[in-house]
Amino acid sequence: MGIETIESKDIDAEAVLGSAVERREDPALITGEAEYTDDIQRPNMTHMAVVRSQYGHATIEGIDTSAAEELDGVLAVYTGEDVDVPGMIPTGWQLPSLKNPDRPMLATDRVRHVGEAVAVVVAEDRYTAKDGVDLVDVDYDRQDATVDQSDALDDDAPRVHEEFDDNVAFDFELGDEDATNDAFENAAHTAEVDLENQRVIPNAMEPRAALAEYKPSSGDLELDLTTQNPHLHRLLLPGVIDVPEHKIHVRAPEVGGGFGSKSPLYPDEALASWCSMQVERPVKWTATRSETYQTDAQARAHQTTGEIAMDEDGTITAVRVNTIANIGAYLSIFAAAIPTVLYAPLLSGQYEIPSIYCNVVGSFTNTVPVDLYRGAGRPEALFVVERLIDLGAREVGMDPAEFRRHNFIGSDDFPYETPVAVTYDSGDYEPALDKALDLLDYDDLRERQEELRDEGRYLGVGFSSYIEACGLAPSKIAGSLGAQAGLWENGLVRMHPGGKVTAFCGTSGHGQGHKTTYAQIVADELGVPYDDVEIVESDTDEVPEGRGTYGSRSAAVGGSALSTSAGKVVEKARKIAAHQLEADEADIDFSGGEFSVSGAPDRSMTIQEVTQQAYLAQDLPEGMEPGLEETAFYDPENFVFPFGTHAAVVEVDPESGEIEFENYVAVDDVGPQINPKIVEGQIHGGVAQGVGQALYEVAEYDDNGSLVTGSMQDYTVPKAEHVPHMETDHTETPSPHNPLGVKGVGEAGTIAAPQAVVNAVVDALEPFGVDHIDMPLTNESVWQAVNDSAVADGGTTDEASRDDDADAGGAN
Amino acid sequence: MAEHDIELSVNGTAHELSVDSRTLLVHALRDELGYTGTNVGCESSTCGACTIHLDGEAVKSCTLLAVQADGREVTTVEGLAEDGTYAPIQEGFQKEHGLQCGFCTPGMMLAANDLLARNPDPSEEEIREAIEGNLCRCTGYQNIVNAVEYAADHMDQEVAADGGSDRVEGE
Repeated sequence: MGIETIESKDIDAEAVLGSAVERREDPALITGEAEYTDDIQRPNMTHMAVVRSQYGHATIEGIDTSAAEELDGVLAVYTGEDVDVPGMIPTGWQLPSLKNPDRPMLATDRVRHVGEAVAVVVAEDRYTAKDGVDLVDVDYDRQDATVDQSDALDDDAPRVHEEFDDNVAFDFELGDEDATNDAFENAAHTAEVDLENQRVIPNAMEPRAALAEYKPSSGDLELDLTTQNPHLHRLLLPGVIDVPEHKIHVRAPEVGGGFGSKSPLYPDEALASWCSMQVERPVKWTATRSETYQTDAQARAHQTTGEIAMDEDGTITAVRVNTIANIGAYLSIFAAAIPTVLYAPLLSGQYEIPSIYCNVVGSFTNTVPVDLYRGAGRPEALFVVERLIDLGAREVGMDPAEFRRHNFIGSDDFPYETPVAVTYDSGDYEPALDKALDLLDYDDLRERQEELRDEGRYLGVGFSSYIEACGLAPSKIAGSLGAQAGLWENGLVRMHPGGKVTAFCGTSGHGQGHKTTYAQIVADELGVPYDDVEIVESDTDEVPEGRGTYGSRSAAVGGSALSTSAGKVVEKARKIAAHQLEADEADIDFSGGEFSVSGAPDRSMTIQEVTQQAYLAQDLPEGMEPGLEETAFYDPENFVFPFGTHAAVVEVDPESGEIEFENYVAVDDVGPQINPKIVEGQIHGGVAQGVGQALYEVAEYDDNGSLVTGSMQDYTVPKAEHVPHMETDHTETPSPHNPLGVKGVGEAGTIAAPQAVVNAVVDALEPFGVDHIDMPLTNESVWQAVNDSAVADGGTTDEASRDDDADAGGAN
Repeated sequence: MAEHDIELSVNGTAHELSVDSRTLLVHALRDELGYTGTNVGCESSTCGACTIHLDGEAVKSCTLLAVQADGREVTTVEGLAEDGTYAPIQEGFQKEHGLQCGFCTPGMMLAANDLLARNPDPSEEEIREAIEGNLCRCTGYQNIVNAVEYAADHMDQEVAADGGSDRVEGE
């Protein structure tokens, strides 16, 4: 059962905010009219293709480009020796203990991960450019590689960066270690798990692409880019290619998904720009899918030991977490933030936990660099928390739903300060859990589970009561945690003389429907028809400043910037209305797009009439500037903390290891919903990616650093048949931290789903004594877990479950 | 590299063009003829973003050579709407929020139309099976299934019987 979409002509102007208005982005997308980067052609355009390392670790002894240069249609071949600009890709986040090695856009003496760029070919067409790549002869001397993050910390591990003593990128800790250790010593119950949150690849459907045109006459660089944050690229590129920021124009046309992977500045975009400066013609580069596997930032990659301590009655007293995070070969833009400040502060989950301690060691390896992927740090944290919660419940013999409820932070306790350095804005966790239990028909489900077990069938239910930190912005807080840029957001609302509106925002949507939801916000604030509001983003010339879209920040930070600037427009208009209606400003009411004198509703002006007067400028208050547009740089005081409870119901065949979904329910609280249909769509998409990680996805390297899962045929991107049908519902707890009360939804599904699925499978296999299986839960790994546990724990399973085992036909 | 003069009928419009032996159909459509609605996601026939109809049947244009399409009828996303009116499949995707970034959507709609031509009233399972060669990373598929069901409900018998996609090819 879905939410009905509403055509824009049918929305009530009073109810525009919160309406499931259909997306205005769609007409161009469903007719093929929409323009993605690779769709764009420019006169005199050339094509770039990149020579990439096929080795995980090698020294470069020589590069012979002569055969490629001689090829008809090849304009130029460049290696790192030709680079006459700084050419180093920066990182955007610092930590006190961080080692930050140089990351060249073209490797000169050594390659450190498969796919690292070694040379580029510029040619008249894309086929010839690829031919040129095949003709470049690189003489490599292969070196020993290190790919596993724990092994990389061994004293004798090959060093990824020879200038450092070891492969430790950083050593980070948070929380009170002594108090946590004391709590564990005094605990009545403890549980522990070693788990791996495997490395995954975002796989946006549109491969990354760049079309750069440098104009020697003016020194301007025009750059069309598959990016989530054009302004960030404009901010970072000058230091790489030596073109000043004000001469760089970055535009993100239609962008075919990003999920974080189109946030970082990569060597490729800088290379295309630099090549255009060299050949003085437009240069287009479009990644092949195999290039996206070898160069798009990968994600997660944690090895963790998590422990939970409880008292006699099942009250949690402490959580202790030790994690080794794989950073890859270089520090990508947000790499230092993700496993540290976006991870450890979420380890309190939805629970009141007096003591928490977390240590994270980041290690360099000969693998593709790691960066943002939907959730970024928070899925890793909540996976640990929610696996520990299930293990804790099992340890004290409580139902997992009741164990959660017993330990939830109370609804009266907000704002709630956790022991890991964050203060939750608002929350009410029990209603979301209750709704999930209702949707599951939980009591009935547990009864059926018992009955089916008697028949040798294994049903399992898994919960995930997650929390996330969204609205990534507070510049001061982000700065104190290591951000190298302010993370505010910019909004500009311009009323045109005719009464229509253009609103500009510094975020940059890539499938989320910003042009729809932002228009809903602005129309509501100004009281104008929804169809009269146009939204512009993703263009650094049109929108002077911005920070882009990632970390579910757009509604909470970008939406608030627009709401604030629209509010400023209303305030200026109110002054004009008061002046023209000859009333005191304090006596002017504003409602439904109309200014009226309090107590005299017939004395009124519409905001459109006021706008006309603002531009006519013949009768404005003394000293007021003409025109009606306002800008806001919105910087919130704190993050927002959406939450919810997801639950998966699966049936597992212990003989084959097959997992079949019976149900998936998602109850989310993202604060007030601007557009429920879009919120539902974001949940669906996020859950699909979370299920993908739980069951299918993993990036695997061999010992030499070769990527074994380097194509869509080796790496499972879930298909329609792989993703369960989902039931969604919501609760609504506004955030006090922004004017809209909104929280953020983009990452909820990926944060919630993996542990819902793993908990469900482990629950199903409880009779076999299985207490954890690492993702992805392949048929083999599930079968193996059953097999191992049945052997190892044969004596610990009770009689009934051993009978079940026998009934199942002998899982051994 | 040998050059070949070929003829393609795209969405009812005849085109003559010269291509290399190795030119992929998707690149001929996109780069030579400007039908950029068809997308390239994986160049291995896995993702389905490049799905078009060739003589009324869904095929992946990233692993077909342009010369293989010589003299044949091609339908791309640009040919789905008729006289400014969306085809039922397009309307379904819009109404049911069956797209987010939209990159897989053209291929997804053409694959769905192929299904509806063969099976005008598919079950959810049949829809999921029919689009297994088309990957979507945004929507979680549920609303895509709803969009295809919407299209099935809104296709009149005649259109459904003669195959949906033929409707636009006959322009």
